[in-house]
Amino acid sequence: MITIQVNGAPLSMEEALTVQGLIRKIQIHSPAIAVAVNSEIVPRSSFDAVLLKDNDRIEIIRPVGGG
Amino acid sequence: MTDFIKIAGVELPSRLFLGTGKFASPEIMRDALEASESSMVTVALRRVDLARPDRDILGFINRNRFRLLPNTSGARNAKEAVFLAKMARESGLGDWLKLEVIPDPQYLWPDPVETLAAAETLVKDGFVVLPYMPPDPVLAKKLSDAGCAAVMPLAAPIGSNRGLKMGEAIRIIIEQATVPVVVDAGLGVPSHACEAMEMGADAVLVNTAIATANNPVRMAAAFRDAVKAGREACLAGRGAEREGAEASSPLEGVVRG
Repeated sequence: MITIQVNGAPLSMEEALTVQGLIRKIQIHSPAIAVAVNSEIVPRSSFDAVLLKDNDRIEIIRPVGGG
Repeated sequence: MTDFIKIAGVELPSRLFLGTGKFASPEIMRDALEASESSMVTVALRRVDLARPDRDILGFINRNRFRLLPNTSGARNAKEAVFLAKMARESGLGDWLKLEVIPDPQYLWPDPVETLAAAETLVKDGFVVLPYMPPDPVLAKKLSDAGCAAVMPLAAPIGSNRGLKMGEAIRIIIEQATVPVVVDAGLGVPSHACEAMEMGADAVLVNTAIATANNPVRMAAAFRDAVKAGREACLAGRGAEREGAEASSPLEGVVRG
């Protein structure tokens, strides 16, 4: 069991997921997202390659209304 | 007649830029964008709401018609702004950026030193940078020297709807500008936008005034017309101002009974 922080909230998983696996798990379908793990931006091309570890802090952002 | 504004080599048919915040619904926002005839709209970047991961504002913005200008709102210093800018680019929103660095929660006054530092970094990294800035002519020059594609001085604090409170400083910025000047923030009614355009601003950016109007779609159309009118007046060149009166009718040939 590992626990990660996703957008500030804890999330426990049976086994380590990749970034892509996490996106699928929390059902984000929008293509316009960006991901950082421990404040490092993960390029889209690496979503499948980066494996999340215990205590990782993940930020997933998308565009919202703003001025 | 076409009178495009050109920023970083790209011609935009409208001189009214719109913000997409504060609308009561995405449908109203979409209709207001349509009515405004704008061609560039800002968006912010925020955490995906894990409870509602499907919400997607881009479903309501036709990217064939509207160029997206992601902002770095929320950044309090240059480092945070650069991080947000890179996240924006990574999310596929392109490399145009409204740079916003705001440490002050009360007046949301942008930080000139951190804004300049972030602009220098981002320009070197290939971004097309349009910085939101305090209305300071020296800063405007330094930002354009740093390679910013435009400068965006504030007319009044964000969301205040108070109009061209910083008009005199903006007038100097316009006079000295070597890049387009986009008057941003605080324009509350179409006459404010019109006045900015009459003064020679290249464009204006409006959000709160439209989004919080009783009828945002109608207000968007009103701003559209005001910006066009102000631009036309600027191109026409105004008549001289004078203290006293000067008769409009001929003084000769008057008949008095």
